[in-house]
Amino acid sequence: MTELKKISSSPHVRHEDSTTGIMLDVIIALLPAAIMGIYNFGISAFILILVCIASCVASEWAFQYFMKRRVTISDCSAIVTGLLLALNLPASLPWWMAVLGSVFAIVLVKQLFGGIGQNFMNPALAARCFLLLSFAKPMTTFVYDAVTTATPLAVLKAGGQVDVLRMFMGSTAGTIGETSAAALLIGGAYLLFRRVIDIRIPAAYIGTFTICIAIYAMASGRGLDIAFITAHLCGGGLMLGAIFMATDYVTSPITAKGRLIYGVLLGLLTFILRSPWNPATAAEGVSYSILCGNLLVPVIERFTAPKAFGKGAEKHE
Amino acid sequence: MNRNVERIRNGIVTENPTFVQILGMCPTLAVTTSAVNGLGMGLSTTVILIMSNLMISALRNVIPNRVRIPAYIVIVAAFVTIIDFLLQAFLPDLSESLGGYIKLIVVNCIILGRAESYASKNPVVPSVFDGVGMGLGFTVGLTAIGLVRELLGAGAVFGFAIPGYQPVGIFVLSPGAFLVLAFLIAFLNYRKQKKKQKAELSDTVCRTEDCRHCGNTSCGGRFFDFDGETDVVGRVGQKPAAPETDRVQKPEQPAEPKTDQVQTVEEQQEQEGQKDE
Repeated sequence: MTELKKISSSPHVRHEDSTTGIMLDVIIALLPAAIMGIYNFGISAFILILVCIASCVASEWAFQYFMKRRVTISDCSAIVTGLLLALNLPASLPWWMAVLGSVFAIVLVKQLFGGIGQNFMNPALAARCFLLLSFAKPMTTFVYDAVTTATPLAVLKAGGQVDVLRMFMGSTAGTIGETSAAALLIGGAYLLFRRVIDIRIPAAYIGTFTICIAIYAMASGRGLDIAFITAHLCGGGLMLGAIFMATDYVTSPITAKGRLIYGVLLGLLTFILRSPWNPATAAEGVSYSILCGNLLVPVIERFTAPKAFGKGAEKHE
Repeated sequence: MNRNVERIRNGIVTENPTFVQILGMCPTLAVTTSAVNGLGMGLSTTVILIMSNLMISALRNVIPNRVRIPAYIVIVAAFVTIIDFLLQAFLPDLSESLGGYIKLIVVNCIILGRAESYASKNPVVPSVFDGVGMGLGFTVGLTAIGLVRELLGAGAVFGFAIPGYQPVGIFVLSPGAFLVLAFLIAFLNYRKQKKKQKAELSDTVCRTEDCRHCGNTSCGGRFFDFDGETDVVGRVGQKPAAPETDRVQKPEQPAEPKTDQVQTVEEQQEQEGQKDE
């Protein structure tokens, strides 16, 4: 026994994953959606994406530099936030609003609560809701092919018909990243393949929502209308939310059971917020349901925390 | 300082109900959509607070201890009714925009708090001045929040619109109220901390542990400097005394091997943190 064993304190199980690596994977997974967005909405979408990323990184650097904290822009998380935010904005949004949203996301939602890993809600989504509440009109004006159009879900709610194939491919009006379900699914498959995200949250989320909307479709006399259900699945940022937003490590539960509960909860909330039976409410609801879900994560985790061996076992007679 | 002046100063600065005691949050968050609303709400509350403090202080030996809270509420409610009718008669616009919040002054915790903690134990004159101070403090708080929210959220100052400004709508909605309140409190706390640091450390002697625990900012960080990880360097020319052992009581930690005679800054902080616990 000449070999010396290295003795060290915990953690003993290590993994070569790093924050930077995971963030790079997410960026790669978002690229198809971003490219489809630029293809659909033109150069203005490209500029908006660049503006968001640049201002997110710049505000993270500025905050950490002036607060004399360690500057963490090299972990790429600010780039992900910027990219996600841009994909959640309409391409016609003025650039300075995008900058304002980026600063809100990074400084107020992320850094003021302690930086990466400490934020209690998804920064990009919080910024989207901030912009939606502040500038309702530019945030809900969607231009496609130089024509201001309603989003497919709004058309559907108003009783119109939508082309499901176009919704799947992404050639409809909407925010930069939400329109193309196909591109988002490719990104999701990549993340699952790389084991960056867990299938539980998106599966539970989309599954619950599908069941709800199918029951609604049958109850409202449409029968099992596949086109209607698919349109609801492809539209309104559901794919973007389920794959990229709801699976954010910081703001989703870490326990397996908790993730299922979280996904089911998001599905129900999205269904209730979209409320297809009520023409007076907004047609979309993914952002708000994920933010609500984020707030409930600590509660979910408390009730699903695994018990230590020997403690609190079920009693046998 | 004169006791009455001290009361007013106490209400506006030292124990400001909005920014220091964080009392009366319901009207603070709900009616401060504009500076005028904040001012109106603050002044109405001030008048009621002065009158109720006066009344309660005058009756403090008559009111039986066991029924004091109902008695206070009856007194406050009487003044609230008077103010409510006066506003409806003479300032109908303001009365409309404040809505039910004028009536809710009955259960305003600042008024009940002052009645319970001050007016019921002190003579009439200081109680009145206490009411003036607290009321003005509340008014200042509400007006400041209203001013910022109106400026950012509606692009106006006291109703006068700023041309060419795109309003950020969230600030006139309820999330904006929380944001503005939080930032104002943070700003005031920051200033208070700075002031305290300056006042406490008027002496010119450096503490020898390190600059971060010293807080004596008058040296500008030039006298002592921790260079690298081992040594203390005085840049002014004098070589400072070695760290005195009786100042930093180092807990004995046999498990931790000491690599050097002089500890690094991190180690010292760690040990001090442990000492605090």
